[in-house]
Amino acid sequence: MKLLALQRTMARAVMQPLSRSEHMQEKAPGGGKMRAYASRFIKPNDRLTSFERLEIYNRQYWFRLLSALAEDFPGLRSVLGDKQFDAMCKAYIVDCPSTSFTLRNLGSKMESWLRAHPKWAGKKQSLALDIARLEWADIEAFDNQSKPALCAEDLATADAETLKLELQPYVRLLDLAYPVDDLLLAVRKEDDTDFASNAFSEKRKKKHVRAVAKLDPQPIYLVVHRIDNSVYFRRIAPEEFAVLTALSKGKTLAKALDSAFRKSKMPPEEHAAAVQKYFQTWATLGWFCRPQRTKAVSA
Amino acid sequence: MPANKFNGFTDYGIGIGLRATHYDHILSRKPVCDWFEIISENFMIDGGRPLQILDEILEQYKVVQHGVSMYFGSAEKPNREHLRRLKDLVKRTKTPWVSDHLCWGSVDGRYTHDLLPMPYTFEAAKITAQKVREVRDFLEIPVAVENVSSYAEYHVSEMTEWEFLNEVVERADCGILLDVNNIYVSSQNHSFNPLDYVNSVPAERVAQIHIAGHSKYRKYILDTHDHPVIDPVWRLYDRTIQRVGHTATLLEWDDSIPTFKEVHDEALKADKFLASSVLATAV
Repeated sequence: MKLLALQRTMARAVMQPLSRSEHMQEKAPGGGKMRAYASRFIKPNDRLTSFERLEIYNRQYWFRLLSALAEDFPGLRSVLGDKQFDAMCKAYIVDCPSTSFTLRNLGSKMESWLRAHPKWAGKKQSLALDIARLEWADIEAFDNQSKPALCAEDLATADAETLKLELQPYVRLLDLAYPVDDLLLAVRKEDDTDFASNAFSEKRKKKHVRAVAKLDPQPIYLVVHRIDNSVYFRRIAPEEFAVLTALSKGKTLAKALDSAFRKSKMPPEEHAAAVQKYFQTWATLGWFCRPQRTKAVSA
Repeated sequence: MPANKFNGFTDYGIGIGLRATHYDHILSRKPVCDWFEIISENFMIDGGRPLQILDEILEQYKVVQHGVSMYFGSAEKPNREHLRRLKDLVKRTKTPWVSDHLCWGSVDGRYTHDLLPMPYTFEAAKITAQKVREVRDFLEIPVAVENVSSYAEYHVSEMTEWEFLNEVVERADCGILLDVNNIYVSSQNHSFNPLDYVNSVPAERVAQIHIAGHSKYRKYILDTHDHPVIDPVWRLYDRTIQRVGHTATLLEWDDSIPTFKEVHDEALKADKFLASSVLATAV
């Protein structure tokens, strides 16, 4: 068997889902018996059959990838429950196997996949989508690029009619139907104190997280960002969210402000003060990048 | 052979793997440690805390890069995005050499994130060596390939694992990261004498050595990096040092990680073997 053919044969077996008892399936990929499939290319030894040797890799694959998703989506897990989350992750990995050299990217399609497969979250679909979005935004905010921040001098000669501003790659804007930032913080608090010796307090914390996971809808506008390399969640007003969203889509500052306040209930006389406050916050937090200067073309 | 072209003519001592649980201790106490090995993929990102930590570590310590997903033995071409990011990191760390495993783990663009064993065939050796050369030429620094622990063997194999390793490194003209724990684990899983392996390795190509602990199950041994190094592995290490001389040595401890001091103390046990090799050379 040539190298590529052997690697495809082995990968099909390694990536095939485990049985309910978390062992290698008796059925081979494409039909037939897995024992015969394994013995075609794996040697047995005096202690293990070909099937058992291949099974070590099959189990390692699934345990490693499931563990990576559990680590990245603790909030989604608390919403769905352990058993449903585990089953959902298995289905997700079958549909969206890793195509990146790093496991960091394994969950990148979770929100869109979950949206296309509503049976996994059922009645909690909207909540599940929100928490999945937040957890992926959290990963991106943690290690996305940080560019030089915009400063006052950059704006000195700027014209609002033409000025376009670029958000830092690590800043993520989320409009959410549920206050899932509270949920994720509660889940993390529980995880942090997982080693508590008092069984009663552990039970109480889990009860608290379960209660938070049954959140009532409450629309929020959230910015996931980082300061000094720590990720933070900041709730903002709808108008501020609208300005940021419009700017992130490449609109000029004038158009972004116009669209943000068009449907706002904020009295017009308060708009200027609000915008000034937004800019103060954005400058303090360094959310915008310094514009890239294009070199003048010499004749 | 402490310094050779495969480790950039460096003479590093005993290091440990840089792990997140030790960050605070290292940055606040600045303990003495010859060098740290980083998992390249953990730092092949665009920004944030991991790179900040790395920069702080680089101000104080020597760092060597070790990868887990280049998959020299995969039949497909190297991933260009992976190579570009790896090179950016090489520029940042100024690592004298990079290492990754003599294994495969991806096919048709899908990654298993595991170190899958190679079929020991001449075809595989040729493909693997070509890929090692491509990576080295792109990165413009020495590359060392590491032998992996394995739990399966293939019918198609035409040679032993150590013959395959030799075939690849000769064809690629690259270095070896010799993992003596992996030799021990595979020897138990496949019933061969680990000394045959150690004695056959081209000593002049060994750029670095790995030591680690493992877990023993009823029918096989798993390379878990969650225990101290056992005596039979230290004996293999001793024999390796006798053959290759004072060589950069690193202890891997990736699960159930104890305190920095415990990990470092375990690594420093290598000192007595390294010291005896220096004495032997002097005599």
